[in-house]
Amino acid sequence: MNIYVLLKRTFDTEEKITISGGRINEDEAEFIINPYDEYAVEEAIQVRDTHGGEVTVVSVGTEEAEKQLRTALAMGADKAVLINVEDDVEDGDQFSTSKILAEFLKDKEADLIIGGNVAIDGGSGQVGPRVADQLDIPYVTTITKLEINEGAVTVTRDVEGDSEVIKTSLPVLVTAQQGLNEPRYPSLPGIMKAKKKPLEELELDDLDLEEEDVEAKTKTIEVYLPPQKEAGKVLSGDLSDQVKELVNLLHTEAKVI
Amino acid sequence: MANQTDKLVKGGSFIIEDVACDAIFTPEDYSDEQKMIAKTAENFVENEVLPEIEHLENHEFQRSVKLLKKAGELGLLRADVPEQYGGLSLDKISSALIAEKMSKAGGFGITHGAHVGIGSLPIVLFGNEDQKQKYLPLLATGEKLAAYALTEPGSGSDALGAKTTAKLNKEGTHYILNGEKQWITNAGFADVFVVYAKIDGQQFSAFIVERDFPGVFTGAEEKKMGIKSSSTRTLILEDAEVPVANLLGVAGKGHVIAFNILNIGRYKLGVGVVGGAKHAFGLTVKYANQRQQFETPISQFNLTKEKLGTMASKIYASESSVYRTVGMFEERMNRLSEEEVNNGKAVADSIAEYAIECSLNKFFATEVLDHVVDEGVQLHGGYGFMQEYEIERAYRDSRINRIFEGTNEINRLLVSGTYLRKALKNELPLFQKAQALQEELLMMMPEEPGDEPLAQEKYLVKNAKKIALLATGLAAQKFGKALDKEQEILVNIADMVSNAYAMESVVLRTEKAIQKTGLEKNKQKLLYTQIFCQEAFGDIEKDAKETLVATEQGDTLRMLTSALRKFTRFTPVNVIAKKREAADKLIESERFIV
Repeated sequence: MNIYVLLKRTFDTEEKITISGGRINEDEAEFIINPYDEYAVEEAIQVRDTHGGEVTVVSVGTEEAEKQLRTALAMGADKAVLINVEDDVEDGDQFSTSKILAEFLKDKEADLIIGGNVAIDGGSGQVGPRVADQLDIPYVTTITKLEINEGAVTVTRDVEGDSEVIKTSLPVLVTAQQGLNEPRYPSLPGIMKAKKKPLEELELDDLDLEEEDVEAKTKTIEVYLPPQKEAGKVLSGDLSDQVKELVNLLHTEAKVI
Repeated sequence: MANQTDKLVKGGSFIIEDVACDAIFTPEDYSDEQKMIAKTAENFVENEVLPEIEHLENHEFQRSVKLLKKAGELGLLRADVPEQYGGLSLDKISSALIAEKMSKAGGFGITHGAHVGIGSLPIVLFGNEDQKQKYLPLLATGEKLAAYALTEPGSGSDALGAKTTAKLNKEGTHYILNGEKQWITNAGFADVFVVYAKIDGQQFSAFIVERDFPGVFTGAEEKKMGIKSSSTRTLILEDAEVPVANLLGVAGKGHVIAFNILNIGRYKLGVGVVGGAKHAFGLTVKYANQRQQFETPISQFNLTKEKLGTMASKIYASESSVYRTVGMFEERMNRLSEEEVNNGKAVADSIAEYAIECSLNKFFATEVLDHVVDEGVQLHGGYGFMQEYEIERAYRDSRINRIFEGTNEINRLLVSGTYLRKALKNELPLFQKAQALQEELLMMMPEEPGDEPLAQEKYLVKNAKKIALLATGLAAQKFGKALDKEQEILVNIADMVSNAYAMESVVLRTEKAIQKTGLEKNKQKLLYTQIFCQEAFGDIEKDAKETLVATEQGDTLRMLTSALRKFTRFTPVNVIAKKREAADKLIESERFIV
């Protein structure tokens, strides 16, 4: 089976994030594989181990993403491709990324494409579906279970805490939700092997794309941190007074009703 | 790093030589692969070990065994084992990084270290082919776990005074061992012990003893102050039957193994405590941001900043020193032929070459950790005294580090003792340099360093070395062979040397980083360097003065103290301001950053 994983390098949201000049401070951020993409890598490896075939991990980004691709190789992926857009795309968005990926994937005869359901930085959740649309193949998002039987695919997807079972067929694109699997850490022997696995680097030119073909369709107006959590308030007095006070505060202060 | 044609760094030579920044290894030189290995170790500790730490602290050691086997599956026990015996033959930097990350888990870090380090390495380095074939593949995966049994109730630092005996049986098939080995890490579950005993009460030798051999027992779990999640018991040998094939190395040459393993244990401990210090620092700065008093996070008080700045500059110094030393090992190991690597002797010699660095890293880095956990508890206030807070465990866990692998006092005496021995054997021209220095003294005028970054600190390093050398030379001249009775002076010498090494390590690391990525990206490193160098230099001055006064009198003393003043004259930087600036960044990042 010919399996492709879509992978993004993101900063680690578990570390403290600071902003300066309207941008995330990259100097101090830690960078990781987008956690949902990590599920995708793990699932791809498991599918390959059961059904045979090859796992290729693809990332659109800068040279820096090579580290995350190597990590995926160390986990057990077979090949990696970095589409380096450092010189060509300044402020790309989900349109840019999906256009590039679709262009790359169109002649690859992928049976299965797996991505994360959302990236924890941009958070659009659009890249997967947009790629599938451009490739004209079915897609299922936020999956928590994947079964493949001779080209027939049964997918369980998370729908706001409930689940839904969908039957489809290969080729298909799916995006991973938490709970799909437990991603492995790269083992030390895996890390040693990853050094020798192929990591190909492409640029827009190699995909016959021009800068204007992938220009972003969105614009970032502002970047800011969520407001600091304020100390809570304890209401006191008669219970009915407390309720009134609460309703009042929800109206006037929190402005949620 | 230096290329193959360069000559190798001689152990201890830094005190008399100028060292260039591109000749040392720094944490900024980690390869991506080394970082990935470190990450796997870190993830393993955070996701697998820390959730179980309560159980481990309660001595549920079947969990430790399970965790070690899991670590084995990830390859975390295989770093130092050669490939042909199921290991990975990893470089020493990677292996050090694993030890650093493991230390976050407190006592479990000790468990891991005892298995892969002092437990397995005697067989890696000194085992014969059969022994390596038999034990190493099992130790590399964690199927069998190892322990190291040297200490006895009556012999700690005086290891060769061991009372445990070995006697060949009549048939000549087995050695019969009798005695007790005390405070043996991993004794609760280890399958294989490296045990020292004297054949016929005379020949100090090492043996590989399996738990299942007849006559091998362990005592009750010790009740310790800290590192409770490691197992510590007495190993009891009552007519224990050890096959003759299990004699490790040569009969009567056990001390060669013991001393080399001690060196390794020291340098690994140095690495481990760097990890522990970074972790304790992270806990503390996070807490200082959360805790509010007078409606202000306590991290915003200047006195808190003073503490954070001091702690971080010391951690920077211990990290820089320790990895510089690991880099020297790696460099030396790289030059060994495959054959040399396999016979182990050459590997052990490479490590012994840096006995001085091993010892000074050990006492310096363990005391940095002790400082950090102590101030960590202090910044936690009353909560730091409560067991719900991790810093409380870190504080208790830290204390043993100044005691085991040779007490810090023994290690200090080793540093000055080794220097004097190397000088007497003409391995290092220490006395010649000291003599030249004394002659130079009278003519010397204080220099005024430039004001470019690091100029002042380089000047301090240069003078720190001269001061240490001067004091050592004078003491050796004055006391001659009787100097070994002047333990206070020997300790002062060790402290001066250690501070000079740490100062030089931070200066060179910062210089290398600035050359690579520019000053803007390395401001924090520069701050740590300025803070650490100035404070360490103050300590050196004090140690030197005390040594001179204890060595000379009258006019000579007056002449020497005025010479010392020439060496110690400099325009100080405002350390208070530097610490505030360094702390602001740390408070923002909520962890140790460089």
